[in-house]
Amino acid sequence: MVVPILKQGQYLIASVQAALTDTDLLKLRDALTEQVGTYRSRGVIMDVTALDVMDSFACRTLSDLAVMIKLRGAETVIVGIQPEVAFSMVQLGLKLEGVATALDLEEGLAYLDQKTKRVARAINEQKR
Amino acid sequence: MPLTSKRDEIRTPISSDFDIVKARQAGRELAATLGFPPTDLALIATAISELARNIVRYADRGEIILSLVEKGEKRGIAVVARDDGPGIPNIELALQDGFSTSGSLGLGLPGCRRLMDEFDIKSRNGVGTIITVKKWLR
Repeated sequence: MVVPILKQGQYLIASVQAALTDTDLLKLRDALTEQVGTYRSRGVIMDVTALDVMDSFACRTLSDLAVMIKLRGAETVIVGIQPEVAFSMVQLGLKLEGVATALDLEEGLAYLDQKTKRVARAINEQKR
Repeated sequence: MPLTSKRDEIRTPISSDFDIVKARQAGRELAATLGFPPTDLALIATAISELARNIVRYADRGEIILSLVEKGEKRGIAVVARDDGPGIPNIELALQDGFSTSGSLGLGLPGCRRLMDEFDIKSRNGVGTIITVKKWLR
């Protein structure tokens, strides 16, 4: 299952459509890390609304993704974690610490707008 | 003559990461026939995912056996994860949060125990591992 990556302005949006295998997740992680450079993106939105399971491997891969994207100079936000998925994650002991999350795509975009504007402002101030 | 208790078993051979997805989807479907609420379906699918991944990671191959179970008035689902792998040398350690021999988060087994109502593990060095978990319908 290949996850389509959409370019939306200065952001990349990966919208998971169906269950992903471990290999699919790793491929997605690598593709996003690569494309952030190709398109000089400032942010990545990972939409997991359609995911019915977020197990320890998925969680770990998403944390790694967020760190890798950060190292590439962009921001990541995970959106659309369903209530029952959130409950399972907590029971399992998964916290997704250090990874930004938002309710849905709209909130995710708002988060990135705010986050990347602040970075842009800091860069401009440094130039001055 | 087939054993009646075997009639409703759903067996999923596990040897690749695609099988992990197949097993957890089969578990979700079977549990849904009993009328488990969405929250429990997610817990069951997540537990199966962790158990199946352990098979792929540590034993290469094995199987996930799903069945409906009853105890008195209670009805539920049983998940058996069976492999002929190297076994778990120290079960107590393997059940501790954060312990892993593979560089993973180490939440699979202890987490799986928290997700389900019953958890049983049998493992012998060089023979294999059988983990049985159950979730009861409330």
